[in-house]
Amino acid sequence: MSALTVTGLCKAFGGLRVTSNVDLNVEPGERRLIIGPNGAGKTTLFNLITGEISPDKGSIHLFGQDITKTPSRRRPHLGMARTYQIITLFARDTIIHNVSLALLGLSPARWNPLIDIKHQGHLIEHGRAALERVGLAHLAERPLAQTSYGERRRVEIAMALAQNPKVLLLDEPFAGLSIDERADVKQLLLAIPRDVTIVMIEHNMDVALEFAERITLLHFGEVILEGTRAEVVADPRTREVYLGH
Amino acid sequence: MSARLIALGIAFVALVSVPYWMPGDYYINVASQILFYAIFALGLNVLVGYAGLVSLGHAGLFGIAAYATAYMLQIGYGHSAAIVVALIVGIASMAVFAVLSLRSTGIGFIMITLALGEILWGLAYRWISLTGGDNGINVRLRPAPFGFSLTSPNTFYYTTLVIFLLSVAAMTVFVRSPFGASLMGTRDQPRRMNALGYHVWMIRFYACLVSGLLTAVSGILFVYYTQFISPQTLALTSSAEVLLMVISGGAGTLLGPMVGAALVVVVKTVVSGFLERWNFLLGAIFVAIVILMPEGLVPGSARLWRLAWRKMNAPAKAPAPEGKP
Repeated sequence: MSALTVTGLCKAFGGLRVTSNVDLNVEPGERRLIIGPNGAGKTTLFNLITGEISPDKGSIHLFGQDITKTPSRRRPHLGMARTYQIITLFARDTIIHNVSLALLGLSPARWNPLIDIKHQGHLIEHGRAALERVGLAHLAERPLAQTSYGERRRVEIAMALAQNPKVLLLDEPFAGLSIDERADVKQLLLAIPRDVTIVMIEHNMDVALEFAERITLLHFGEVILEGTRAEVVADPRTREVYLGH
Repeated sequence: MSARLIALGIAFVALVSVPYWMPGDYYINVASQILFYAIFALGLNVLVGYAGLVSLGHAGLFGIAAYATAYMLQIGYGHSAAIVVALIVGIASMAVFAVLSLRSTGIGFIMITLALGEILWGLAYRWISLTGGDNGINVRLRPAPFGFSLTSPNTFYYTTLVIFLLSVAAMTVFVRSPFGASLMGTRDQPRRMNALGYHVWMIRFYACLVSGLLTAVSGILFVYYTQFISPQTLALTSSAEVLLMVISGGAGTLLGPMVGAALVVVVKTVVSGFLERWNFLLGAIFVAIVILMPEGLVPGSARLWRLAWRKMNAPAKAPAPEGKP
């Protein structure tokens, strides 16, 4: 059974077809890279998969379960987590509170108005463990407003990892990072165990290529090409579409 | 931490001893007003401060609870029945408000709540058989729970104080709870909260109900205090006034709405006795707050205090580097 299956997915904004008949089949444990030039519909595809926008046609299956009509807020509970290309964090709070919110989202305690969140030891504990994985445990108590861009990128990833997802969708996790920071993020992504399936959008080919096993090339909302890393890199259409010459 | 405990202790003693140091019944009544308006402001603050939803229709909800109490008493029910019905009516109205206005946030939410508040005002004004129209409804007697009559200013003050302290305690627990954290999360990053598995609409809806409960409680205290309710109470100016309490004191803080309520009530009642143009004064105070501490009196004063503290300590530390070899 595939981890994530997308079949005949279509989405148009007015007359603009941003996703057109996309088929995607990601096996459990796979590392999939989605590439394509600006405006190819990569982030839209993520938004469709996570349910933030609903498709005009087609279906989405998560481990065989049809989730096309499942509200987006239910999908994390089914084992799907994502990060955002544009950092979307809670700027007033500390790093640990950000990660705790990710954990709380999956816990029934999120409805409880009568207990003190500071006494919820398991939130703090698991939050710290997630921060440990991205190398930020020492900054746990720091307000997010006082962190660097690179640290925030890692908080994004920590929040997704904290939810212990089966399918992890990473939207340009290397965007805006320095060379050193990229190397750090790459290490932490490589350390994610194989029971997590990863789909990643990335522009930065030098870091991303190494990570990917299979690559899907999108162009004007369509899948132009899909194959192993070697196949896609060698294909003349990749050069033509993606590299533009 | 201990400084905070001492401050809380002093505030508690000051509140409990109000009837002993206030120079007369009039001022004790002003204190009662401050307390039930503070409950109202705390209720609105749940939405404005913690949910990021600005409501301009809360006077309608405040008023509907007051009307429900007065009407129940008028048709012959006892105080307990009147209070229970008023609470239910207040929360149910809030639920209807929420279902209609939570379709949007930001300006949309403000405008829908404004319109709903105006509808309630219009109903109070025109549905004469129920509300008495312009004449309003009189409440002849205050209740006497367990034979403890609330007729005197002192007893009414203490009853209000108990309910006020309970409300503050409940809010303190609420903002520290996981649900409070969820609510503030939906204020700051609704899209992310949804992607993390939270039901953003439902969280906001429950927050509305909490706000509605506190608003209804304060409405009931209000109608027992004035022993009269008329459409004026539901007017847009009342909604704006309580919103000003929240914003001037500091939205999204526990203490802010209480300070704001004290400020507005004191200027409205006490200062208006000396100053005919008290509205002008209130306006000037708000302008000053917006310019000097736009985040509100409580967080603003805290900021200035920290600044002053640093300045005071800075010169003492300055000579130290010179002493180095």
